[in-house]
Amino acid sequence: MKELVVISGKGGTGKTSLVASFAALAEKVVLADCDVDAADLHLVLDPKIVRRENFSGGKRARINSDLCTACGKCEEICRFDAISFDGPGNGNADKTYCIDPIACEGCGVCAWFCADKAIEFGPVVNGEWFISDTRRGPMVHAKLGVAEANSGKLVSLVRAEAKKIAEDRKLDLVFIDGSPGIGCPVIASIGGADLVLVVTEPTLSGMHDMGRVADLTRHFGIETVLCINKWDVNEDITLQIEARAIGRGLKLAGRIRYDRAVTEAQIKKLSVVEYVPNGVTNDIRDIWGNVRAALDEAGE
Amino acid sequence: MRIAIASGKGGTGKTTVATNLAYVGSRNGRSVVYVDCDVEEPNGHIFLKPDLDGATPVGTLVPKVDESKCIHCGDCGDICQYSAIVSVGDAVLVFGELCHGCGGCSLVCPSGAISEVLHEIGEVHVGSTGPLAFAHGLLRVGQAMSPPVIKAVKAAAPAADLAIIDAPPGTSCPVIESVRDCDFLLLVTEPTPFGLNDLKLAVAMAREMKLPFGVVINRADLGDRETHLYCGNNDIEILTEIPDDRKIAESYSRGELAGEVLPGYRRMFETLLGRIDLRAG
Amino acid sequence: MKIAITATGANLEASVDPRFGRCACFLVVETDDLSFEAVENPNVALGGGAGIQSAQLVASKGVTHVLTGNCGPNAHQTLSAAGIVIVVGCSGVVRDAIEQYKAGQFAATGEPNVASHFGIGRRGGR
Repeated sequence: MKELVVISGKGGTGKTSLVASFAALAEKVVLADCDVDAADLHLVLDPKIVRRENFSGGKRARINSDLCTACGKCEEICRFDAISFDGPGNGNADKTYCIDPIACEGCGVCAWFCADKAIEFGPVVNGEWFISDTRRGPMVHAKLGVAEANSGKLVSLVRAEAKKIAEDRKLDLVFIDGSPGIGCPVIASIGGADLVLVVTEPTLSGMHDMGRVADLTRHFGIETVLCINKWDVNEDITLQIEARAIGRGLKLAGRIRYDRAVTEAQIKKLSVVEYVPNGVTNDIRDIWGNVRAALDEAGE
Repeated sequence: MRIAIASGKGGTGKTTVATNLAYVGSRNGRSVVYVDCDVEEPNGHIFLKPDLDGATPVGTLVPKVDESKCIHCGDCGDICQYSAIVSVGDAVLVFGELCHGCGGCSLVCPSGAISEVLHEIGEVHVGSTGPLAFAHGLLRVGQAMSPPVIKAVKAAAPAADLAIIDAPPGTSCPVIESVRDCDFLLLVTEPTPFGLNDLKLAVAMAREMKLPFGVVINRADLGDRETHLYCGNNDIEILTEIPDDRKIAESYSRGELAGEVLPGYRRMFETLLGRIDLRAG
Repeated sequence: MKIAITATGANLEASVDPRFGRCACFLVVETDDLSFEAVENPNVALGGGAGIQSAQLVASKGVTHVLTGNCGPNAHQTLSAAGIVIVVGCSGVVRDAIEQYKAGQFAATGEPNVASHFGIGRRGGR
């Protein structure tokens, strides 16, 4: 079983459209949407949810205002500016302390040191994750709660469930739709994977971000290939990006032309290769052929 | 006044809007600072081309154990929620990359064996470009936690009457840290199913955080009308629409500011800034 | 000699779990008579630090050796600090792996043999 992760550094370069198209071209595949704070793959693949679970990624503190004596110790020791003197009064104090759940880092230090045992500290639900059936195979996806943290942990969980399904059902491939950036969720989605495909665009921003994401995959020692979406928006920069990528030890998987039909396919809830007969679809087929070959080589 | 630019979905044009607003504001005689809070993939400097001062390192505080004072009580490992410090056998081990810098271990240690040292995770740069002040940060490649770097960029940014805060994509902790104390949140989207789905997440975030907000629709004639309908049905104000103009895409690809090089766009961003002033002022 | 071995189930006929930090179960085995205690691993789904927490757990059981498939850097460092000898590369049925170890077929490792996050998402071999 092989795991392919599609990431980009810069957002909006076409990761999800490409993953959906690969799902239509490949067989025996499990899909994992690891962009858990802005998941979009479900909009194309129309999943039927067969299992739904809560996700708890950490703990959080909460002050019981009845027990708070307003001593101020918690505010003094909190490193995350999560505690303020805005809680309701009780019989002993006119005002009490309270915790901003969005700012709380879940370290539990306030609860440990509260002399009045007024701070409850326990697990919270930060989101939900799903196992679904789609026309292209099983899919694992998730929804992080509004303004919640712990996206990296949810990514790890989605990946783990997708691999379990691949093993149980004897499927050969896991495709992971990653998130933008190079931080926590991206690191959680690439660690130990067989191959990373970086999708970029021919802009100076795309070139800059490709460099950072290539450094990241090298840092973690993961084989990486690159493709350029909308390459014809600026051919000079396309050539520059390809030269830089080769210089960094990346292999080139191909180019995708600019075509408004990519957006039309999205509106029709279809992947590009399901909607467009040729042109941009041929570009994606070529890239899939190269990625498939790189996957076969990876780890052998 | 602090205006934050966010989006949910990546690549919708946050940086285009943020850099152009900062540019037109500063060219009209206002004191403006542009603050790039996308410390994972900062791009504002490509368009604004600032002169930058040297790097200031950013770190989190991680524990350092004086083994000669340690009595192996294990309290440090018990209070730590992140497995960043453990007492095992005759040793205390620290795993800096897991540490969130809460300071609990040094507070709880009864023998004063734990002090804290800076663990570098990135750097911050400040500078200027003409009349516009500038700040951005870089998360070190391989580091997972960007919020401390974002916090440091915001703290290091030169004071100004108007701060334009360019947030990273998404709706989780790095975005929250970027937008949490702004006076107005501008959500940039595009009229596609992906753009709309992620706009709804960003709107939910703005409402949860009780931030006043408005929407900019970029590439407004690209997809369908669903985004316009959604905004209309939910009393969300569309502050401006930017057309799907190949000239903008090309100037963006070369790292140029539309408000500087393309006729008509300076006016568009001035009008947008004026509308935000009215709502946030 | 008391050892811990990572297992996919709570008996000696289960397979060796190749992951250390996120194995399903630790079997704490007295090698002389193969008497054992099964300890379900509470760290399977832990977000981060599973190797470290699991290392602490087996150290608290007073074992001198750990037998597993793979061991990452954080778990390796923690086990070493506890004075525990780490033996990687074990596979197959737990009972057989213990016999093979007693027959001297595996050597202890002085180095972690996989990178961080190896066990995330992995179950059984590939």
